[in-house]
Amino acid sequence: MKIPKSFLGYKRENGRVGTRNHVIILPVDDISNACAEAVANNIKGTFAIPHAYGRLQFGADLELFFDTMIGTGKNPNVAAVIVIGIEPKWTKRIVDAIATTKKPVEGFSIEGAGDIKTIMKASQKAQEFSQWASEKQREECPLSDLWISVKCGESDTTSGMAANPAVGNLMDKLEPLGVHLCFGETSELTGAEKVCATRGKTPEVSKKFMKTWSDYNDFILKEATNDLSESQPTAGNIAGGLTTIEEKAFGNFQKIGSRKFIDVLTPAEEPKKGPGLYFMDTSSAAGECLTLQAAAGFNIHLFPTGQGNIIGNAIEPVVKLTGNPSTAINMKEHIDLDVSKILKREMNMDQAGDELIKTTIRAASGRLTCAEVLGHKEFIMTKLFRSA
Amino acid sequence: MAKTDIIIHDEKDNVGVVVIEKITPKQDCLCWIMENDKTVNIQALNEIALGHKIAMVNLNEGDTILKYGHDIGKVVKPIKKGEHVHVHNVKTKKW
Repeated sequence: MKIPKSFLGYKRENGRVGTRNHVIILPVDDISNACAEAVANNIKGTFAIPHAYGRLQFGADLELFFDTMIGTGKNPNVAAVIVIGIEPKWTKRIVDAIATTKKPVEGFSIEGAGDIKTIMKASQKAQEFSQWASEKQREECPLSDLWISVKCGESDTTSGMAANPAVGNLMDKLEPLGVHLCFGETSELTGAEKVCATRGKTPEVSKKFMKTWSDYNDFILKEATNDLSESQPTAGNIAGGLTTIEEKAFGNFQKIGSRKFIDVLTPAEEPKKGPGLYFMDTSSAAGECLTLQAAAGFNIHLFPTGQGNIIGNAIEPVVKLTGNPSTAINMKEHIDLDVSKILKREMNMDQAGDELIKTTIRAASGRLTCAEVLGHKEFIMTKLFRSA
Repeated sequence: MAKTDIIIHDEKDNVGVVVIEKITPKQDCLCWIMENDKTVNIQALNEIALGHKIAMVNLNEGDTILKYGHDIGKVVKPIKKGEHVHVHNVKTKKW
């Protein structure tokens, strides 16, 4: 297949391109959720992204919180942002950082004003943003404006045979075109970590990967009450035929094809080494991983599943594919691309990769994904430790 | 092309994965080795569901299971060629 050269995206003020045109109402903290949701309810064309944190966090955990909130606002899939927090200081910190992209952003703090007055003021601004964003048009953009993140879930043995290598095939074809790519799931590479380390582009990157993996693994071993057999593989994985974490890891690892990664990112860190494949240190919980990848600026996500994970994301469209023929039939409404023909030897990996490229470009150009149509807007903060 | 019942990723692998709804005891199964596009046969000893693994050779306690050409765990109970390979007879080497 000749790979299309372009997709239709929204050009942003800072040169990045969005695959979506969201106007978001971003609460800074748990107690501002109600206000943010009221504004989103008042003003059509906007939605709130409620979450459970933002109070009394400190140190590295607080910094990750800010990186996640700011990165979410800066993501090119977001046209404009209303930030609502209880206190002015943290609200302003988030607003100022998002404003560096030159996109419209305005902050409101509830303390001293109360919910109702804040809802009124924020709604007026949100109306302005919503109508402004509604006039934005999609334009033809080179594929190199795609920033593609990947993560698999509810994996089974068909993931390693069909859906994950199909993603790997797409990576092998799109990386030379200048696309940014990102995989994560530090803990789920356990068992394949030494092989994964050999995929670092330079010895320094390989070393950085091993350090990142060891730190995460040490943390798990320190906190674990017995071993990870109860949660890794998950009950769903085992039902699907996956026996050990090593088997899961090597299946997972098929997603990066034959690519090498050029850098190791901390959670939510924006890539700075240009186009290519990045590894991000993330948990293997889908909601957490996707939220961090979206906060790093990735604008479309590919999610291979075996037994049928149904995840979506607040701002990044999630394209799901499966190689499991039962999942493709029984959970049809969640599956954007069925590659189960690979198992019958009726489709080869090259064809599956091409189909996935077509599906990805259609979704990037505006076709709603299954997760979007079904209303999945998961936004899950990664919490590093207890609050003060 | 005859119907594939089992897929083997790598020629070195000692397990294959069932890719039809299930295989039943005494069933003669057609296996496709993806790496080199070869076809081999095996007779199943157990009922094995879609996505689950079958032993391609006899395996003893302590043997290493190879899939994708890589070590994915150790045998903790002897397994006969054609038997179901899963959490009841294979464990991780990590813990």
